[in-house]
Amino acid sequence: MKDATIATDRLARRFAKLREEKHAGLVAFVTANDPTPDVFREIFAGLPKAGADVIEVGMPFSDPMADGPSVQASSQRSLKHNTSVRDVLEAVTDFRRADADTPIVLMGYYNPIYHMGPAVFAKAAVAAGVDGVIVVDLPPEEAEELDVHLRPLGLHLIFLTAPTSGDQRLPTIVRRASGFIYHVAVTGITGTKSADEHAVGDAVKRLRRHTDLPIVVGFGIRTPDAARAIAAHADAAVVGSAIVDIIAKNLNADGTPTPGLAAKVLAFVKSLSDGVRAARR
Amino acid sequence: MTKVEPRNTYRGGVDDNGHFGLFGGRYVAETLMPLILDLEKAYNAAKVDPAFKAELAHLNTHYAGRPSPLYFAPRLTEHLGGAKVYFKRDELNHTGSHKINNCLGQILVARRMGKNRIIAETGAGQHGVATATVCARFGLKCVVYMGAKDIERQKPNVFRMQLLGAEVRPVEKGNATLKDAMNEALRDWVANVDDTYYLIGTAAGPHPYPTMVRDFQSIIGIEVRSQMQEMEGRLPDHLVAAVGGGSNAIGLFHPFLDDPSVKIYGVEAAGKGLASGQHAASITGGSPGVLHGNRTYLLQDENGQITDAHSISAGLDYPGIGPEHAWLHDQGRANYVSITDTEALAAFQLCSRIEGILPALEPAHALAHVMKLAPTLPKTDLLVMNMCGRGDKDVFTVAEVLGASL
Repeated sequence: MKDATIATDRLARRFAKLREEKHAGLVAFVTANDPTPDVFREIFAGLPKAGADVIEVGMPFSDPMADGPSVQASSQRSLKHNTSVRDVLEAVTDFRRADADTPIVLMGYYNPIYHMGPAVFAKAAVAAGVDGVIVVDLPPEEAEELDVHLRPLGLHLIFLTAPTSGDQRLPTIVRRASGFIYHVAVTGITGTKSADEHAVGDAVKRLRRHTDLPIVVGFGIRTPDAARAIAAHADAAVVGSAIVDIIAKNLNADGTPTPGLAAKVLAFVKSLSDGVRAARR
Repeated sequence: MTKVEPRNTYRGGVDDNGHFGLFGGRYVAETLMPLILDLEKAYNAAKVDPAFKAELAHLNTHYAGRPSPLYFAPRLTEHLGGAKVYFKRDELNHTGSHKINNCLGQILVARRMGKNRIIAETGAGQHGVATATVCARFGLKCVVYMGAKDIERQKPNVFRMQLLGAEVRPVEKGNATLKDAMNEALRDWVANVDDTYYLIGTAAGPHPYPTMVRDFQSIIGIEVRSQMQEMEGRLPDHLVAAVGGGSNAIGLFHPFLDDPSVKIYGVEAAGKGLASGQHAASITGGSPGVLHGNRTYLLQDENGQITDAHSISAGLDYPGIGPEHAWLHDQGRANYVSITDTEALAAFQLCSRIEGILPALEPAHALAHVMKLAPTLPKTDLLVMNMCGRGDKDVFTVAEVLGASL
């Protein structure tokens, strides 16, 4: 298992800082190049100031099987610009010019990475300043062929746990886990059901018996209040669908962004961050 | 491709992690992992349980109407002037295709697991009809996801499913065909893990589906073996079957994989031609990738995005292929060829006129390859083509192409 607490590690440093400040963090999800490469860069660059403690950047895929309508639409908007994995990494490179501290985690499906080649991807990702990778359809059983290239470069392969992951299953996951554990709060796709605070509390307690890694909770967290409620139990809360919905709501009929779109997204992220910070730990 | 030394066996199946060599596997979201691990356990227990085997055999005989005949096609043979052409008549099964073989097996597994809600994806509607049928037979709730474009071109099957009590949910996303229906079925499953069983219709998806579906479809090849022995006193020389996901093909091929004298042909849909880019030939025109829970040959662009397939046959209109076919291709044990829409239509018409059998557009692709292959072979050779579905469902599509109004 990778030592998640090495000093050079942006994710470890960020979670250590959150613990010191005694509050949970906000993981903000946006899909690369949604709605356009320019507006995406504006949002991306503004996220740390708006209070995102970790940024999760979606790599679009034609067939996002674990995602609900909001993230599917976001992925489609991104693919209209022919966004490739290399384009996503280029955006991260640009971001890093101004921000050396905010951890960046890529989220996507395995095929675009596999098609690029896991070794090539790993080198390019670390060069761009990526800290971790979440591959939704790569469970621990299939992960070695990617992780073997990520681990030596200090890139975290982040695994998900779900309400269906029982005590028998969890050791298989945490044995490989690195960076943090991403707990999926609902059985379902992103952005549909609402996360239940008490179920999440129980799940996090159960996970704690298996791992010391930070536990981040996502799926079904749509409002500052919900983020605060979840943040009372977890090390951070992930919000994705509700953020990309703001993008969807501020497009012209032809799909081009309306003026001020980035500011609206960032204002919403600020409100989520305030929510999370209101939950003292 | 480099030459691959022959293996001791091609029937050994998957390794412990559900891989056929590079292919197969379990590429699913974590939420589904415990479910497919449970399914694997349940299936492994069922397949060695004499009571399970007896119940399935009884249903196959008395409900589906097995064994299906092995039919010598005399006029087609004479017309082609080469190998003796036999049809494995799986279109005569209850519900009109080979899909019932798999559905009967899986519905018994679902019942053993205590699931009372069944979901399925369907392209041509044959698997949807077979699923709706077994759900009606066992009194289980049935939801079938079907691409909106497929609903349009397979209207008779949509109504059949509804008559059987199933809810057909149209999928408008993507190209609105089989791939998109499978995405939606997976999304449904992930949201309804407790009571729902996903009855996958083809020999693809995460392990154990490709193996389980192949096992249930292998009855096709097992019957052909003994029927041919009875009729000709020996093994066939050539096997030909259409391949979309590839369940009818693997069902015919698998029992013969370790008989090196038997040549094997899987026929993919070349749509408007491989050069047009509008086809569904994943092996001939694709490359390895990961989609819908398994690694296999896929149609994809330079960024690893899945591209839309095209075929006149809704059942072949899928940008992937079952992982065992991908492996058999890489091993050189089976040959994968492709047939265009136009060639398949010509075969559809020929078969209707000279054998009095309307083939579904899926086996019409296999038949079109038989029309190329048989004339090149000696008259003593024995060729078996899987007539895996009947063409009644396709008359509207064919009428439209031929300019007839119904």
